[in-house]
Order: sequence, then C-alpha cells, then structure tokens
Amino acid sequence: MSQPSTPAPRNPDGSRRTFMKQAGGMLGLALAPPFLAQAERLTALSKKVAGVSTISLKVNGTVRSIRAEPRVTLLDALREYLDLTGSKKGCDHGQCGACTVLVDGRRVNSCLTLAVMSQGKEITTIEGLAKEGGELHPMQAAFLKHDGFQCGYCTPGQILSGIACVQEGHAGSEAEVREWMSGNLCRCSAYPNITAAILEAKGKMG
Amino acid sequence: MEIQDKENAPTNVVGKPLDRVDGPAKVTGAARYSAEISVPGTVHGVLKTSTIAKGRIASIDTSKASQEPGILGIFTHQNLPKPAKTPKQIEKWRAAQSYLPMQDDQIQYAGQPVALVVAETLEAATQAAALIKVTYQADAPIDSYLDPKAELFDPQKIQQGKADGHVVRGNPQQAYDGAAIKHEATYVHAINHHNPMEPAATLAVWEGADKLTVYESSQNVTMHQGNLAELLGMPREQVRVVTKYIGGGFGCKGSFWPHTILTVLAARAVNRPVKLALTRQQMFTGVGHREDQEQTLRMGATAEGKLVSLVHTKKATTSPWDNYTESNGKVIDMLYACPNYSTVYELARANVMTSVWMRAPGEAPGSFALESSMDDLANQLGIDPIEIRLRNYAEHDHSNGKPWSSKSLKQCYKRGAELFGWDKRNPQPGQNRRGRMLVGHGMATATYPVHSSQGTARVRLFADGHAVVEAGATDLGTGTYTVMTQVSADALGLPPDKIRFELGDTRLPTAPGSGGSVAAGTVASSIMAAAQDVWEKVVKMAVADKKSPLYKARPADVKVELGRMFLVKNPQKGETLVAALGRSGQPDIEGSGTGKYGAGYETQKFSPIEANENSDDKEKKASGHSMHSFGAHFCEVEVDPDLGTIRVTRWVGVHGAGTILNRKTASSQMSGGAIYGIGSALMEETFRDPNYARYTNSDLASYHVPVNADIPDIQIEFVPEKDPYINLLGVKGIGELGMVGVAAAVANAVFNATGRRMRSLPMTPDKMLEALRLPA
Repeated sequence: MSQPSTPAPRNPDGSRRTFMKQAGGMLGLALAPPFLAQAERLTALSKKVAGVSTISLKVNGTVRSIRAEPRVTLLDALREYLDLTGSKKGCDHGQCGACTVLVDGRRVNSCLTLAVMSQGKEITTIEGLAKEGGELHPMQAAFLKHDGFQCGYCTPGQILSGIACVQEGHAGSEAEVREWMSGNLCRCSAYPNITAAILEAKGKMG
Repeated sequence: MEIQDKENAPTNVVGKPLDRVDGPAKVTGAARYSAEISVPGTVHGVLKTSTIAKGRIASIDTSKASQEPGILGIFTHQNLPKPAKTPKQIEKWRAAQSYLPMQDDQIQYAGQPVALVVAETLEAATQAAALIKVTYQADAPIDSYLDPKAELFDPQKIQQGKADGHVVRGNPQQAYDGAAIKHEATYVHAINHHNPMEPAATLAVWEGADKLTVYESSQNVTMHQGNLAELLGMPREQVRVVTKYIGGGFGCKGSFWPHTILTVLAARAVNRPVKLALTRQQMFTGVGHREDQEQTLRMGATAEGKLVSLVHTKKATTSPWDNYTESNGKVIDMLYACPNYSTVYELARANVMTSVWMRAPGEAPGSFALESSMDDLANQLGIDPIEIRLRNYAEHDHSNGKPWSSKSLKQCYKRGAELFGWDKRNPQPGQNRRGRMLVGHGMATATYPVHSSQGTARVRLFADGHAVVEAGATDLGTGTYTVMTQVSADALGLPPDKIRFELGDTRLPTAPGSGGSVAAGTVASSIMAAAQDVWEKVVKMAVADKKSPLYKARPADVKVELGRMFLVKNPQKGETLVAALGRSGQPDIEGSGTGKYGAGYETQKFSPIEANENSDDKEKKASGHSMHSFGAHFCEVEVDPDLGTIRVTRWVGVHGAGTILNRKTASSQMSGGAIYGIGSALMEETFRDPNYARYTNSDLASYHVPVNADIPDIQIEFVPEKDPYINLLGVKGIGELGMVGVAAAVANAVFNATGRRMRSLPMTPDKMLEALRLPA
C-alpha cells in the first residue's frame, strides 16, 4: 500500500488567503439557488473541482504522494490512500474528535480538512509518536499506565489532543484538562483515566 | 493427579492491575479495526437509506449515479441478488430484528436501506448514493406507543418468544390493596442509542464461490457466522468471521443487522472485496436502540417499610415484526424480599426498526423505577435510604426461592457509605447549598444476573516456554485479551509476556460473544479447563520419564500449581511443565476444554453423573443457586436552581462480583458503566418526529453523550467475594453491573438536593426547571 517517498515540494498553498479564496468559490456553489436539488449542487461542485491529481503529504516526517481527487479529506487520505489507519473515523462531521491529528503542531479534525490543502504542512498522526526503537511518547505511555482507554477507538485522537492540550498550556489543572479535552468523545468513558494520564504526561513531555 | 480447584488456586498475575496487553497496539495506532483490514482490491460500499418511514418505493432512478466514474455496482431491491433464505425463513435466527430490507419495494422504517453503491473510491460511492433518485408513495407512519394511531397489545411472550410477557408471584393485587403504605409512580425512559465510537463496519471478502471471510465489527463472531451461513445457504465452516478489535459495542454489535448481509451479497455480485462502514447518521437507524418506554410501579409496604407487593407494568414501542422489549421486571422481582410480585408488558407496533439490548437491558430502566420508588418510601417513612434497603434485604432470591451463590451487598452498602461519607448527608431535601447550587446526595443498588453460558478454548504449550491460547471470544474494550492472558499465565506458570492469547475468529474454538456479561467467566473457565488437559498430558509424560523427579509417581498424587507439577505429599519433589515437555522431544503439546458459567457449572461440579446424562430437567434440579452480582452507587449532584442544570460532582461505586481478574481494567469498566448510566440519566435522548417517525438528532452534536468536562472523579472498589458455584475461577461478569441503578442514584441525589422527584429520563434542564417551579 505504501507509496514511494518523494522530496517535499515547496508549497505556497497552505496560506489562509488561498484557503479563503478556494472556500469562497465553494461557498458560492454551496449557496446556489435553492431550486437546485442538493445532489445537483454537489454534482456541480464536484465538476468544478473534479480530477485526480498528485497530492503530496508530509506525514510523520516523510513526504508521500497519492493520486486522489481534491474532495478527499485528510482523514480519508490517511486511512484509505496511505493505509495509516491509526486516525479514526467516528462521525466524519468534526463532532467526536476520533480523527484528531496535529497539523503544524495544532490539533485539527482531519475529517473536516481536505488533503489537498494539507500539502506542505507537518502532519503528525498516532503512528508518528513513538521513537524508532518503539519507545512510546510520554503521552502514549501515560495512557497505557492509567488505562486511559478501553476499546481504543478514540485513543489516537485523545492522545494527539492530549499532547496539544499540554503544549497549548491548557493542562494546568484537572478542571482545565477536562474542559480542553471535551472535544474528544470516549464512549467507554475512560475520562477520569484520560485526565490522569494527561496530567502525568505533562511533567514528562519536557 | 489432582485437578487444582479454585478454592486453593494460588494467584500470581490473576487479579493484578496489569496494563492491557493490547494497549501498546491501541496507543500506537497499530490495532486494526474491521474497516481497517488491508485486503488488496478492496472497494467501497455506501448505503442509501429511506427518507420516509412507511410506504413503498415508487421508482428508483440510478442514471445519474451510474455516470460517476469508478462505479462498480448500484444495487436496489430490483437487482440485488437474493439471499438463499430470509431471516423469517430461518428457524434459528439469532438476532433481535427479523426483517431484511431491499427484498421488495416496501418501506417500514425511516433510514431503512434502499440502495447500496459499490465504487472504486469512497468519494465516488458516497456521491453516487446521493445522486440516486428515489421517489416514494408515503403512508402516515406510527411513531411510537404514544402515537394516537398506535395500538397497544399483549405480546404474551417477549424476546423472540424466549421470555414470558406476564409474570406473577403470590397475590400481588390483593397484597397491594391491603398494604399500609401504597406508592404508585410512572417512570419514562427516552430512546437511547448505543453510539460506540467505531461505526459498525463489514468487509466482505469472497475467496471463491463458496468461501467467504467477513471482517465484521462484531461482539459475537459465532452469531454472525451462523446467521450468514443460514442466509447464504452455505455450510458454516465456509463462512469465517473475524473481529480482532472492536471499537465498543454496548449491545448493538451483538446482534445481526441488514448492512452485513447486504455488503456480502454486493461483494459477491461485483466480485471484489467490499468494505462498508455505516455513517454516524446511519448508526441511528442501522443497529437498533433502547426503546422508548414507560413503566408504572405500584409498591405496597407495611408501616415499617417492609415490602408486601410490587405490581409492575411496562409499555413500549416495538417494530412492525418483532416483539423485542427489555425485561425490566426481572430486577424488580429479585432485588428485595417481597412475597408478591407481578409484571405485564404491553407493546405497540410503530414504524421503527427493532430495538435491541443496550448495556444492562431491562436492569437499567427497571432499576430506575424500583430504586427511585424505594427512595420515596424511605423519605415517606423518614428513614435512611440504606436502612430501607436493609429492612427489605433478600437473604435468598424471592423470585425463585433459591439461595444466592454469593452476595456481598451489605458489605457494598457499608464500604460505599464509608468512602462517600454518607453519614454526613443531610436527609432533609433542599437544605444543602454550595454557593448558589443546591447539593444533594443519593444512592441506589446495582445488580446483574449470571446468564448461564459455556464455551471452549485451546491451549498450546511450547517446549521453549511460551504458549498460544485461543478462544473465539471478542474484546470490545472490556479487557478480554488482558484478563485471559493473566488466566493463561497462571494456569501454565509462565510470565504474561510468554502468552499469546488469540480471539475474535470463528476458526478458533467456539466461545460466547461479549454480551450479557458472560465473556470473562466463561472464557476464563474454558482456558482453565484446556490448561488442565495440558497438565494431565504432561504429568503422564513426566511419570513415565526416568529423568523426571516425578518418575513412577501415580498421576493422582501429583498436583499442578502455577505451571509446576509436584507430589502432594512432598512438594519439593517436582518440576515445571515446560521442563518435562522440553525433555520429551515434542515441540509442543495441546489441550482443549469446555468451560461453563452459571447453572451448567454448578451441575457439573455437584452432580457430575446427572450432568453427563445431559438432561435439561436434571440440570435444573442440580442447579440450586441463584447467581447475581451486586453493588451500591453513591452520588453527589449540584443543581442550578436558576438554569435547571444537574451536574454529578462525586461518585462512589462499590461492587461484589466474585474474583476480579484485573483490578485496573475492572475498575475502568465499572467507572465507564457509571458514566454510561449518567449519560442516560442526564442527557441521552433521541427524538423521533411524531409526524414522520424520523430521528431529528441523529448525530453526536445533538445526541449528547457525556464528555470529559461532564464527569467528576469516580471512585470504584470491589469487596472481596468468593463464589464456589459459579465457575472454575469464581468470576462474575461486570460489564453491565456498573450501569444498573445509576440513573436512580442520580435521581435520588436530585431529590435530596431539590425535594423534586424526577421520573422522566433524561433529567434535562427543561424538566428540572419545570419541577422547580412547582411546589415541592
């Protein structure tokens, strides 16, 4: 499944301005007259942006290229094109946090992010946290020790969100961690253990 | 040789708080769930579902959809190949829902699959599904038992005919009429959806015309295999179902739903492996739910508060085809010493899919009614809520007259009260404030029955000192991988890292699924039985081996503990299983065994001859105990008197559940159960539109489950408990126990805080505010 690695392209496309331009174009279509059925609007949208192209993504320090349409989300690019299935799809609507990855160090819902717009950015997924010899990241080790999960499906998102929570300076207290981790649902409800794990890892993340 | 029995079983790693053995795979993203298995050539399936709840499909136009690039198939009721049998034609159909959509043009519920698109990419399949144009002839649907068009009926039997819809013990009506204290109340429970984090998924791989492998998010691979084999008309062994990791289930993945067979049929038609994962929206109409329901409980008691009668009725919504409803009455029947009891179920057919077991089915809503009413009774008599429960403490099971196999409920009440500081509780409602907030303290009892079960396991001990242990169980986050590794390690005397425990595959020995809290007790016992088979074989080798310290010993004089064989009379004389096996020249040795959980084990243990005759009657006679786990919840809430919001601020749960195989994973499971219950108590509710019978909040932004900030510290303890009757290791299941009684504990705390009794779940701010507006 893995694609050959290619050198990182210099990609100017990540700027906010470019995003606004593109988004504006899509928004215009999305707000097309209401007599168009939703499906037809979607068709119109896809026709405008249709076509498979090469998308290069720098994931966990390695640039990999995929051939995919611009409508492919970062989450689906990771899971379905790069076989990096550690990032999970729980809702595909940005409501559960299972798909959380770090993009340039910030936590984002990869299901709400287009792969094509993630080019040139540093993407960190759960697969990129442990050291090469297998030594776990302090956050991973703390989740293991504190039993911060049961089924494990929300866990990659919780761990990446937890790392960002600490780096953002939002892990000052139990209450603060709970608040800033509330975008990541855990239906097994390992919340008390997740909170304990993040507070412990905070002291070891350096 | 002497078979080690649990009474003097030494424990080494069993019970220890071992980190999860599947933990490293889960924290590194290496654990692959069903939709993540990499099979070359896999293509994507997407369902299109009905927008109406009742009627028929007038036409389907797929012309635009089929123009999408990369479409491999668009299946509707007109062209989907038919299964060999439909569920209705299968005698041993093992699922809540017996209806299979896409067999004709009929629509029976909103969200019913009407088409399945298969395409090279997920994007193309999703787009094409959106482009299929379905026109309907819609009829007015019935949305629930509350719909004026709905007709309540007496199903006589519930649970696909397996349980009685009427149960009567003693003379409940007469006893109620003559009771000194009468209490009657009606309790309402909203529709709940399981919403495991992993959406249900099927990856169907045909390996030739008569060989199928299905990677399924399944709590019970044997069930999925059996149903698929019947639907396809194939021999069971030609259908393999695999579930190595499952992202939660809570009951919904323990039944069989349409998307699985539809994906399998489509995969055969396109001759490619097809992967289909339900969307989150489809999870609300694809895998069942806890049904909307109301219960009325009439409770008669003496002036001292001793129960004399419990008269219970339940009304609920069911589907057009099945009589599924949770058995709420069972817990009301058995929890207290009450001589008279009855329950009657009434159902109404509506245009909804069949509801299904959801964590603590029956016990969760049933205990809400019973434990809320008990709190009222205590308040009416001016006695402590624990005292009312002690006055009605059941020293045996009054529902069947049998003694308990074990019961530590009094210890749970005592220890829970200590940990919580119950003695500091102000019994006067509405008197406690913390700033603006009204503070209240409540408690309730937890209990869950042992559902008798059995399963098999295989143990293969290698001469180099490692072992592979196998059972076709599942681990939905409950810790099966971990606790079975611990059991195997002790059984063979090996460190846990020398054990590889394999589960989740129908090629492995048949084990029960994860459901009804049977997995831990059954699979642990199966592994012990399989290990004992290995012991016997190695002991035979050793006593025949000149180099063994046990040479020429009688096998009956040899005992095995933690993997070491020794003479009972001279424990110094002995050697490990691995040492003896190593000298034999045999690379490995295999044993298998059947483990029994509950009544079957008791029969086996106490009357082996009768049990061998394999008669149901004898089994009933020999199984003389009632088997349940018990616990107590203690809850503190803060209620905002202006906003009506309720927050749980403290929680203590103390449980007695036999041998605890791993304190860490067990505590997590009990804590998770409490939080799952807090969700149903305070926020979880799916709304079905009364006109269209469609859900209006089928996503995770509007179906509220607890988030981290909703949950306080939760303290869990287990009291020591030995149960010699239940299974080889004295293990009781804990998957459901932690949730039973939770909603009542919250409601009782809210009553203590406000003087208002909340009888409708969830206790949302609108309901609380309305209650606060009325006089207490």
